[in-house]
Amino acid sequence: MSTYDTLRHFADSWMLLVLVLVFLGVIVWAFRPGSRKDQDEAATAIFRNEDSPAPDAPRDAADATEKEAKQ
Amino acid sequence: MWDYIKLVALGLIAVFAAIAANFAHDVAYQVHALLILVVAAVMFVITLRQTGDIRAPAPADEYFDSVIRYGVVATAFWGVVGFLAGTFIASQLAFPSLNFEWAQGYMNFGRLRPLHTSAVIFAFGGNALIATSFYVVQRTSAARLWGGNLAWFVFWGYNLFIVLAATGYVLGSTQSKEYAEPEWYVDLWLTAVWLSYLAVFLGTILRRKEKHIYVANWFYLSFIITVAMLHVFNNLSIPVSIFGSKSVQVFSGVQDAMTQWWYGHNAVGFFLTAGFLGMMYYFVPKQAERPVYSYKLSIIHFWALIFLYIWAGPHHLHYTALPDWASTLGMIFSIMLWMPSWGGMINGLMTLSGAWDKLRTDPIIRMMVISVGFYGMSTFEGPMMSIRSVNSLSHYTDWTIGHVHSGALGWNGMITFGALYFLVPRLWHRERLYSLSMVSWHFWLATIGIILYAASMWVTGIMEGLMWREVDANGFLVNSFADTVAAKFPMYVVRALGGAMYLTGALIMCVNLWKTVTSVGAKAPVGAAIPAE
Repeated sequence: MSTYDTLRHFADSWMLLVLVLVFLGVIVWAFRPGSRKDQDEAATAIFRNEDSPAPDAPRDAADATEKEAKQ
Repeated sequence: MWDYIKLVALGLIAVFAAIAANFAHDVAYQVHALLILVVAAVMFVITLRQTGDIRAPAPADEYFDSVIRYGVVATAFWGVVGFLAGTFIASQLAFPSLNFEWAQGYMNFGRLRPLHTSAVIFAFGGNALIATSFYVVQRTSAARLWGGNLAWFVFWGYNLFIVLAATGYVLGSTQSKEYAEPEWYVDLWLTAVWLSYLAVFLGTILRRKEKHIYVANWFYLSFIITVAMLHVFNNLSIPVSIFGSKSVQVFSGVQDAMTQWWYGHNAVGFFLTAGFLGMMYYFVPKQAERPVYSYKLSIIHFWALIFLYIWAGPHHLHYTALPDWASTLGMIFSIMLWMPSWGGMINGLMTLSGAWDKLRTDPIIRMMVISVGFYGMSTFEGPMMSIRSVNSLSHYTDWTIGHVHSGALGWNGMITFGALYFLVPRLWHRERLYSLSMVSWHFWLATIGIILYAASMWVTGIMEGLMWREVDANGFLVNSFADTVAAKFPMYVVRALGGAMYLTGALIMCVNLWKTVTSVGAKAPVGAAIPAE
């Protein structure tokens, strides 16, 4: 089989399947339980830090507490 | 040390440009070599004067806004240039005597048409995208732009690309690929600039202090990455000589055509759609002062749009040497694009739910809303025109041009104007715009201009398509090509009038923005007593 045929068969079978599954996965991810809080936080990001960057501390602190929580 | 490396590099570039200008095989290449010589020499002197200076490190507690201010000025400037060029070539179509005898070979329609398209898409749209993406990515990441002066390189480098492209078109340097006309060395330069742009944008996202990457940044990022990929593949060519502008494409025949329209349609999909949707997802919620209608929908909008758009290109090649299965594939994916496009439009419009009264009082939000409306309209029209049987009537007629302009003038233009009106008071720390009634004038002039444009092109396009296929009882064609040209004259005049109105609106905007910077009071400093908004 030529390279073209090989690629063509791969593209319209396995690759197609992978892409469709990825897309369905994205939809499931968007609607997963508990996503609302994250999405609200992201959606309101535009109303924070309008005039200057956030200082380094908060995120580090948040990361630290997250890490502690995991431990 | 870095200064010395820069001096050596600039010196070498200047010397090579001088040699290239001497050995140049064609005028466009020679002019470009001289231009690069001058730029490198000026940069050399500037760098030399700063060498050894001790420079304060960039303040990490401030956003990098100076490059955005330059970007805003460049956007307004190139907008006017591009609209002027468009109005002029529209008049040339109506009145061919405007193809002046003394300017033959430089200012005739064929030379100015790519100048117009590149000026509005890449110069006006591109500068708007770079400036707004730098603004949005900093605010939504709560971090200063990554890469220090690399952002300046992106701005000046991109505008140098535009000057090289524009002068090249007038002097006849083109690889005759629509929306990808610049020749090999200009393409290489753009690749370098674009990868720097990607680095600045991605670097800023990586050092964000917000947990999430805001949806606008997803759109901007997909635009930057996809345009890099499209640009490289569509411009694979071998230069004939290192001292000449001519190059030969690597692909040929229908493969070349398919690569070109894979590029061409995704330039629409990722440059003019995904990038500008990034603008929509930031500026519409900001101006409406409420978060986007549905963040879930925005996630699905994003992934559906980029999964589908990349396949739609073959609909530009119906009834050509392209196999039927490929053009059917393009047609089906174009039709499926209806869903994410309208999902995005609904998301943009519904962001105003509960704040519809702002439409009455705020001409800027009105501009943004009509822009989203035009987005919906042209993304309805586009899939319809991609259907093979509709395309057999619409293709090669003015209908296509009307469709492109309802998208470009309506969607891209209006959202950019809205963003400029939003940005200028904030970037120059003014308390408000100079005049809201001038914004209203701009709004109505632009809107009526677009309507005149789109309506006249529908009429002339469908008329032309019908005249071309009209046959008499014996099966002979009834009309000659010149008959259709003569029949189109009145619509061409209306189209030029619509363009002139759109241009007038943009000029009013420039005056308004200029006066905002020069004669509106500065915004009260933070900390002073400000009434709650």
